[in-house]
Amino acid sequence: MINSRFFNRSELIGFLSLLLLLAVILPLFLDVFRLNLVAKYLTYAFVAIGLVMCWGYGGILSLGQGVFFGLGGYCMAMFLKLEASSVENTKIQSTPGIPDFMDWNQITSLPMFWKPFHSLPLTIIAILVVPTLLAFIIGAAMFKRRVGGVYFAIITQAIAAIATILIIGQQGYTGGINGMTDLRTLNGWDIRTDHAKVILYFFEVFVLFACIIAAQFIRLTKLGRILVAMREQEDRVRFSGYSVANFKIFAFCAAAMFAAIGGAMFTLQIGFMSPSFVGIVPSIEMVIYTAVGGRMSIFGAVYGTLLVNYAKTMLSESFPELWLFGLGGLFIAVVLFFPNGLSGIWRDHVARHVDRLFAMRSSASRKAWASKSVADGAPAE
Amino acid sequence: MLIGHQPKDFLLAVEGLTVSFDGFKAVNDLSFYVEENEIRVIIGPNGAGKTTVLDLICGKTKATSGSVQFRGTELTKLKENQIVQAGVGRKFQTPSVYEDLTVFENLEICYPRGRSVFGSLMFKRDAAVKERVEEVAEMIFLKDRLNMYADVLSHGQKQWLEIGMLLIQDPDLLMLDEPVAGMSVSERIKTAELLNTIIKNRSVLVIEHDMKFVEDIAHKVTVLHQGQILSEGTMEKVQNDPKVIEVYLGH
Repeated sequence: MINSRFFNRSELIGFLSLLLLLAVILPLFLDVFRLNLVAKYLTYAFVAIGLVMCWGYGGILSLGQGVFFGLGGYCMAMFLKLEASSVENTKIQSTPGIPDFMDWNQITSLPMFWKPFHSLPLTIIAILVVPTLLAFIIGAAMFKRRVGGVYFAIITQAIAAIATILIIGQQGYTGGINGMTDLRTLNGWDIRTDHAKVILYFFEVFVLFACIIAAQFIRLTKLGRILVAMREQEDRVRFSGYSVANFKIFAFCAAAMFAAIGGAMFTLQIGFMSPSFVGIVPSIEMVIYTAVGGRMSIFGAVYGTLLVNYAKTMLSESFPELWLFGLGGLFIAVVLFFPNGLSGIWRDHVARHVDRLFAMRSSASRKAWASKSVADGAPAE
Repeated sequence: MLIGHQPKDFLLAVEGLTVSFDGFKAVNDLSFYVEENEIRVIIGPNGAGKTTVLDLICGKTKATSGSVQFRGTELTKLKENQIVQAGVGRKFQTPSVYEDLTVFENLEICYPRGRSVFGSLMFKRDAAVKERVEEVAEMIFLKDRLNMYADVLSHGQKQWLEIGMLLIQDPDLLMLDEPVAGMSVSERIKTAELLNTIIKNRSVLVIEHDMKFVEDIAHKVTVLHQGQILSEGTMEKVQNDPKVIEVYLGH
């Protein structure tokens, strides 16, 4: 399954320790409430992995990932909401069988774009396709015109603001500022019980690792190397015969798809979706998770997300008004003192000792080790 | 179009090429022709528009008017990557290599296969690629540095790497912007030797100030001055042209 060519040694350590932490240690030691919190944090890790690809490798900073997170989440929420709004459940409404917020807004029949969300397969397709399509349109419009860097970041931020305003404004279709609440079952299976939450947690961890492997796969292809090349020497990539815009669009779409999967997981875990996860502030927070973890490291981004969110929960439980200052300070500290984030600290200070440990243990078979470390340095195939 | 009897065997036909930056004509109604397997050197004083001419051919700068025909294809309408795929390679004045990638990866990226998004996703590092990369690395004196990151190379080695990256593209027209600038004497000799091997079987357009080097390689020399051709012909003819001596060589 995992061979040494797919992950080098330090990545393998990262992969296995993350697997151990998420699949064994946390479920063993945390109660269901805390485990559900971790599940919530992990939904943002999907976004962070997408940002590592798009921002870390490709150099495209998007401050609007909340839009894609939200779209994925809303697609999932629409399915769950329709299921929760069966005729029996909503017989007190003036129009039974439609979501409650539609009834409150004098809408008397289900809008066309809601209809596909009666079907779970179509919903899953929508979660994957709709945000990716939006990213494709934004990417094509921007990157073909060679809009990049700060300008692109500002435009994505504007899109995040627009998306929030749109969702809040179209209350009858989206549930407005309250979002979609009171989600109950997934194909008849109650998602609110403790048992369901634990199962959903493990499902989420499984999907997260699938995404990590997908991201690692992309990183190791020539496309991954072109992204890195593009970050430093965009012009040179053009003169190597590549359409830079198409590669940027790909990276942006992939990041959007990861974010959307995270959003859908969020809806399942938390049981509601609202515009407060779509706008500018959550989008920037997601960038901070990635920056703290290390924008060049897939595993770093996951750890960063967990740590910042844990800190957020702890701080805002005791000093709710201080959290935003803490977050801002953290971002400044990352940019000023450790630009490669946690993974940079790990690489510079810890990995060296780990390497030495490995070297000591295999000192008996020093010869074999020497040949292996040469293999480690060789380009992956 | 200006010349009705244009023969078919020109590899590159530049006609009436003009580019104006806010009214300043950096290249003004320039026409010249490069034949198959010809080595053409462009010389001229600073600000003559030499680099701009290369920028116009490779699509980095868009022409205000005029045409650039490469084997009958109009290049001014194509995007940069399409021009590369048509067979035009360009080396920049400052070495531009991918510093975050290894020498091997730098060369591999320029290997002309899998250039679309999904092509590059499916790209396999097979025997043909490895063989070609190693062959080129040998030519550019970097065979023992394939696994090094490009940012630790010296200036001269980076120049060689970029030449190698062009070589692996296997272009029909190779454009080099001051390939020996900033090199030590020994590096310069090695580079001249390298250039002499790679210019076989292709046409080359070179910008260079080093007259000794120009004399060594040029079939034909074009002297640019203020965006226009001052003189054109063999090295000998150009060197004895009084206009050229006055604006350029006399200094």
